[in-house]
Amino acid sequence: MRILLVEDDAEVARFVRKGLQEAGHIVEHAGNGRDGLFLAASEQFDILVLDRMLPGGVDGVRLVETLRGQGNRTPVLFLSALSAVDERVKGLQAGGDDYLVKPFAFAELLARVEALGRRPTMEAPATKLKIADLEMDLLSRTVTRGGRRLEIQPREFRLLEHLLRHAGQVVTRTMLLEKVWDYHFDPQTNVIDVHVSRLRQKIDKGFDRPLIHTVRNAGYMIRAEA
Amino acid sequence: MPVPPVPLDDAPAGWAALMRFLRSAGFRFALLFAVVFIGASALFALVLWYATAGSLDRQTAAALRTDTLGLMERWREGGPGALSEAVAERLSGDVENTAIYLLTGPEGQRLAGNLDRWPAGAEDDGAWITGIVERDGSRVEARIFTRDLGEGYRLAVGRDVEEKQRLRALLAEGFGWSALGAVVFAMAGAAVLRRALENRLRPAAMTARAIAAGDLSRRVPVAGRRDEFDRLGEGMNDMLDRIDRLMEAVRGVSDAIAHDLRTPIARARAKLEEALADSGDPDSLRAAMEQGIADLDHISRVFGALLRIAEAEAGARRAAFAPLDLVPMLADVAEFYGAAAEARGQALSVDLPERLELVGDRDLLAQAAGNLLDNALKFTPEGGQVRLTARAIGRDRVEIAVEDSGPGLSPEDRARAGERFFRADASRATPGSGLGLSLVQAVARQHGGELVLQEASPPPGLRAAMLLGPG
Repeated sequence: MRILLVEDDAEVARFVRKGLQEAGHIVEHAGNGRDGLFLAASEQFDILVLDRMLPGGVDGVRLVETLRGQGNRTPVLFLSALSAVDERVKGLQAGGDDYLVKPFAFAELLARVEALGRRPTMEAPATKLKIADLEMDLLSRTVTRGGRRLEIQPREFRLLEHLLRHAGQVVTRTMLLEKVWDYHFDPQTNVIDVHVSRLRQKIDKGFDRPLIHTVRNAGYMIRAEA
Repeated sequence: MPVPPVPLDDAPAGWAALMRFLRSAGFRFALLFAVVFIGASALFALVLWYATAGSLDRQTAAALRTDTLGLMERWREGGPGALSEAVAERLSGDVENTAIYLLTGPEGQRLAGNLDRWPAGAEDDGAWITGIVERDGSRVEARIFTRDLGEGYRLAVGRDVEEKQRLRALLAEGFGWSALGAVVFAMAGAAVLRRALENRLRPAAMTARAIAAGDLSRRVPVAGRRDEFDRLGEGMNDMLDRIDRLMEAVRGVSDAIAHDLRTPIARARAKLEEALADSGDPDSLRAAMEQGIADLDHISRVFGALLRIAEAEAGARRAAFAPLDLVPMLADVAEFYGAAAEARGQALSVDLPERLELVGDRDLLAQAAGNLLDNALKFTPEGGQVRLTARAIGRDRVEIAVEDSGPGLSPEDRARAGERFFRADASRATPGSGLGLSLVQAVARQHGGELVLQEASPPPGLRAAMLLGPG
């Protein structure tokens, strides 16, 4: 993917840029809001990673508002040291698609960038999600594996749906917390792991090929190959 | 610490001091007192004057009017002759020698009476005059009423008021002295009042100055008279106690931050340094760095929690308040933490009503309820029980309570459990930052309520209840 990173802190920018390049992406970097806006408006990017507070008169929120005003719909991920929920809401209302609070683990950033960048631009009204022999029917809200119907609770269904929609991508615990439970706080325990392991019990137990994989230091991934 | 007495009223040195004195509340109260006192005295004097000197005047006027009416009756009955007779009759019967009469004919000639000539300034019919007239050759002060009788005849009836005027002068003199006395009393009273006011305010003012100078231990002495000044002093003392407690809390927080953030930073630093020193083994180097990152993550979580508490305490998120039904929110939280309870073999039971409406911040309330559950699950042994309940109390109060079958807290620990970074000695071994209940308390207060910790029934265990007010 072609990614524009607008970040004024040289060290953070270097670290993020290096990591994204190692993950196989092309990264352009701008050190202030004005240059960032110029680049974003004149070139084609798959995703913008913006610091919320930028020098040079144009901050992250202004930048996104300007782009959206021009009809540019490139997905935007905010990076911010402002953790207050109101700040998050402000960022998302301006047109941001995701919000990541500093300090962050690189794995978290990468997972979110890839989730945003590979998001289907057209929300195809898929009625079925499939991976290997696991099938999820979104209309009848049933899950089958190898033709056998699995008993799944509503919340587990949403958890599995989120994993399936991002099949082959890392989904972090925080992303699950935000997207599946809509919680924007620290639950203090590893309770997400408990939920995932319960789901895993239901869909992987008794089958020789596990589908839900733990990605060390990052999160979870559902994929067909081992 | 003794503070030298500070004079409240500096010697009025110059114009500014005078203005300050004139603007002072003591002066204004004193002035008000003096005005009221003098005003009351003046009113009293006025009433007295009306009742004495005024009454004398009115008596004279009434007597003159009656006398004149009688004489005019005679005029109508018998003309000038009868009237002259009547006047002469009255003069002869006047033993006090105060009566004055004059009847003049069409040419102005005297027909009867004891006045030498018609009094000046009494040309009109029905005129009242007071002045010096000549009666039988002697000058006297008199009050005179005149009437035109028609055909050029005129009648003047009067009384010598010399005696009454003397009485009046005497009265006036008395009033003058009384007025002087009243002013002196008013001034003295005002001065006493001002002094008393200052004396009662002085302790409060001196305490305030001492506090402003940095001595927070000072309190306003209370006289024990249970009056307004005592109430003012008590109010100030309550305020100072609260400020003291806040200062104490701030000091406590900075100590706690120093300890709870510095300790993991020091630990991470030590580990990294150690790993650098014996960098021979790549595996241990890697492990040390991973541990270092984990320590940093822990620090940033504590930091995040502190910021969240500060957000709730500052009430900065009132903007996020919206009407919500607590029941589905609590059911979600219970389901979320229920997985953790199940994994540890604990029984989490939930007892919620049909609906529970409230105006509040959904995200913060969910986090607070989550913290209560997390706490309960953490301190309850395997196989224990945790119970989440919510109910409405009265019309607009709501209680969210979590009860566990853990070891509970001692009353001393319960009193301190809401403090930031407080951890009961028994809980030091369990992971946690000591901020969970602080957040619950901050959220409860933000919603106009409080955090109440009690012993579970039946004991042992802890019952932590968030009481939420009408928002």
